[in-house]
Amino acid sequence: MLSKKQALLFFLGGTILFSIIFIGLSIDTVVNGIPKHTHEENLTAEVVAGKKIWDQNNCMGCHTLMGEGAYYAPELTKVYDRLGPDVIRSILMSKEPWQPHGRKMVAYGFSEKEANNVIAFLKWVGEIDLNGFPAPPPHKDKLK
Amino acid sequence: MKYKSQKVAYWFFALSMLLIVLQLTYGFIQAFAHLGYDGLHEWIPFNTSMAVHKNLLVVWILSGFMGAAYYIIPDETETELVGVKWAYVQLVTLAIVGVVAVVGFHFNWWEGRKFLEIPRPLDYFVVANVLLFLGLILATLWKAKKRTTTAMILSVGLLAAALLYLPGMIFFDNQATDSFFRWWVVHLWVEGVWELIMGGILAYLLIKLTGVDREVIEKWLYVIVGLTFLSGILGTGHHYYYTGTPRYWLLIGGIFSALEPLAFMGMALFAMTMYNKGQKRHPNKLAINWTLGTAIVSFAGAGLLGLAHTLPGVNLYTHGTFVTAMHGHLAFWGAYGMLVFAFITYSLPLMTGRKIYNNAIGRYAFWLSLLGMLGMVAAFAAMGVTQVTLERRFGVAFMDAQEELKPHLWVLVINASIFSTGILLYIWNFIKYGIPKDDVIGMTEEFQSI
Repeated sequence: MLSKKQALLFFLGGTILFSIIFIGLSIDTVVNGIPKHTHEENLTAEVVAGKKIWDQNNCMGCHTLMGEGAYYAPELTKVYDRLGPDVIRSILMSKEPWQPHGRKMVAYGFSEKEANNVIAFLKWVGEIDLNGFPAPPPHKDKLK
Repeated sequence: MKYKSQKVAYWFFALSMLLIVLQLTYGFIQAFAHLGYDGLHEWIPFNTSMAVHKNLLVVWILSGFMGAAYYIIPDETETELVGVKWAYVQLVTLAIVGVVAVVGFHFNWWEGRKFLEIPRPLDYFVVANVLLFLGLILATLWKAKKRTTTAMILSVGLLAAALLYLPGMIFFDNQATDSFFRWWVVHLWVEGVWELIMGGILAYLLIKLTGVDREVIEKWLYVIVGLTFLSGILGTGHHYYYTGTPRYWLLIGGIFSALEPLAFMGMALFAMTMYNKGQKRHPNKLAINWTLGTAIVSFAGAGLLGLAHTLPGVNLYTHGTFVTAMHGHLAFWGAYGMLVFAFITYSLPLMTGRKIYNNAIGRYAFWLSLLGMLGMVAAFAAMGVTQVTLERRFGVAFMDAQEELKPHLWVLVINASIFSTGILLYIWNFIKYGIPKDDVIGMTEEFQSI
């Protein structure tokens, strides 16, 4: 029968071993994987400024980006392709709440420069290699 | 209650009760906003109610953990807590930081990173507060002659939880790197070190409530927390499938997160076996309900419902939908909410001397909150499946799909009302216990043999 000491060794051994593997993979991901997948060479000052606006206004509190966030408002990973920069700019700069189907977005009333930064950020996110996410809907044609 | 300093736990529990009421209030605001009743939009837009709902959850559960630690550590180490006055300072500052954060969310003062919305300047106060808490716990352990496995596992869990808060405080220009380290905090908390804390608290409760030999309980505690880390550390990979990270995470995350339910199954079997093995019965039946409840519901919520959408092929379509909310609600409630409630139910009669062990209010509180939460989870499941089918499988536009979720949202609201009734009854009992009394210090527990 398992002794308490053996149980302790199982706990310590497993934890140490898997922590080392995890840290090793994390280093590879941060050093090699993410820069390649996100095309880090395209990470311009505008993109970073856009990310800061994204964070400062908690856009993730309603939307998802790369599938992460809240489920009140649309997924924005591919929004640049879906709506194009002009529509996005008008939504971001609007002083009245944008409200498709009556669901209101906060009227941020950004300046043109701020809006362009957010657009640069969203365009950059849209180009990240996300291992196939968001997947094209397999039954889209059947609906018609 | 053996030691006077254990009394401080009560006030942490009282803070938890206050915050959970606020959390539920904001949850209702969110549900009604989804239904189109967003009259508060100007003052409480959805991203505010979301940040408040999530952060209050984290703070009331942490407050519950801290209270439990302040109660357990003196008892396990057989010594008074070091620097009790500082524990009260820590309580008050924790409450202040929480209030400032929540008020700030209403004025666009936040970081906008899911679960870690607290803005940077306040983060430093959080760190100072947690350091004070850990300082008191570790100093007590250091001074004590007796150090039990349960006390050590609990303390290591609390220390690791504090350390893991730090990667969340670094700013990264790259959204993918930002997200990567955000999960170091969030995942390694709830599917890692918080389970260590859970294991420690559960082991303490089982030792107290079943009378099973400490050596047996603590041996299995090692096995369970071993399983937790064996699966949970690399299981972090299930957050790295589709967030700009290498493909090997699909394989690693898939395999190890599929093993994660084992730790929760271990927790459930552990609790039930020890309960059946026990030669004594503690008279506090409500505490036994909550203790077995947390072990079983965490297996269902964190284990099975997590497994339901953790495989990469499934997650490709469910990622970022209400399927996640389904899993999240039962996981947090089962594993951590019910655990805090179990500990409060166990410790309050010992701190206040009022032996409310098995009254009708307490039973209704347990069953209504459990049934209400299961109903909510069923509603989230229906919403999630509908959303995935329409939006992700058939390509229906987001808002068109959202319209189809409304009937399920009403089911959600009805069940949330049942859940909230349970919580309010629990708080009614909490108030009925009264506040801790000095004349019960040193009193021992009564057991019944079976």
